[in-house]
Amino acid sequence: MANPTTTLTNSASYEAPRSGTWDGGNEPFKVSYGKLMMWFFLLSDAFTFAAFLTTYGMVRHRHLAYTGTAADFKFSSAYWPIPEKVFNSFPGLHGMDIPLAFVALMTMILIVSSVTMVLAVEAGHRMDKNDVQKWLLWTLLFGGMFLGCQAWEWTHFITGSDHGLLMADGSTVYGANLQVNEYGPVLFADLFFFITGFHGTHVFSGLCLLTYAFIATTNGTFHKRGHYEMIEKIGLYWHFVDLVWVFVFTFFYLI
Amino acid sequence: MAHHAPEHEYTADGHAVHGKANVKPILKALAWIVGITAFEFLLAFTMDASTLRNSIFIILTIFKAFFIVAEFMHLRHETKGLIWSILVPMALLVWLLVALITEGSAVGEAIFGAAH
Repeated sequence: MANPTTTLTNSASYEAPRSGTWDGGNEPFKVSYGKLMMWFFLLSDAFTFAAFLTTYGMVRHRHLAYTGTAADFKFSSAYWPIPEKVFNSFPGLHGMDIPLAFVALMTMILIVSSVTMVLAVEAGHRMDKNDVQKWLLWTLLFGGMFLGCQAWEWTHFITGSDHGLLMADGSTVYGANLQVNEYGPVLFADLFFFITGFHGTHVFSGLCLLTYAFIATTNGTFHKRGHYEMIEKIGLYWHFVDLVWVFVFTFFYLI
Repeated sequence: MAHHAPEHEYTADGHAVHGKANVKPILKALAWIVGITAFEFLLAFTMDASTLRNSIFIILTIFKAFFIVAEFMHLRHETKGLIWSILVPMALLVWLLVALITEGSAVGEAIFGAAH
């Protein structure tokens, strides 16, 4: 028969793993398929976040900038606010002006969680199940703390200050949502919700993956498999979330 | 091929990786990131907002990103091909950023006049 499929199914090598240079047996990047695809996924995710931050830069330059001194700053929807005047509160210290302290704490928590994640990956290299479990738990704890901080930050941003902002029509606006904003132009609040919200969603997905990794480690799944590569892949994702925060922190809170 | 046992180049002296943890490079990267962040806060409160200060912030951020990607994400120890396939597409984003910020300024000028 001239049917080409017959020849293929009859081939004995069809069942054997492919090992030739040009039929899938070559690994030019010397990483597994899963790790490589995680890298490329993160690259595409970086494009998404870059689009968000670029939009922030574009919208900010489209608005008027505040030109006076920081001491005289007053909230107005006429110009873009100075971040240290918007993000200046700390849980439990109501009404005090503590610029950027809370976001500094959040940044440190996330960086420390990244370190505990590296330590989990490192323990995986040594096939040390107990250490992997220990460092995954620490990472889960710090990641959860970060999300809790963000929940507080959002609540404060949405609720607003005691005095609010007097609008031209005589009404007073408290806090911010997608339509009104006491801190400045409406788009400032919109971008805050979208950028920190999208990042927070990533942290949440990371926590789900870490929870799975912890359960699987405890069950001995990776130990039986002979390697802890899954921890490495989740680690790559988790560091990426930390990396994005470093940029969000600079562009949203410092500049 | 499909078997990816513990990383080989993990210890500098080439020993099998069972046993003691090798955390020195990790803690060094952490120290850099924390130090840079502390310096950024110092600048935020001692220096008036200006293009120079913003430029310093962005450069320091890229330094922090280097430590996270190179050390935490292990990219420094991957093959050159993988390193470039991640870095080259990222470089294009700088172009996007500059182009759209210029565009935003132009829109602002059209709305508020040249004084913008």
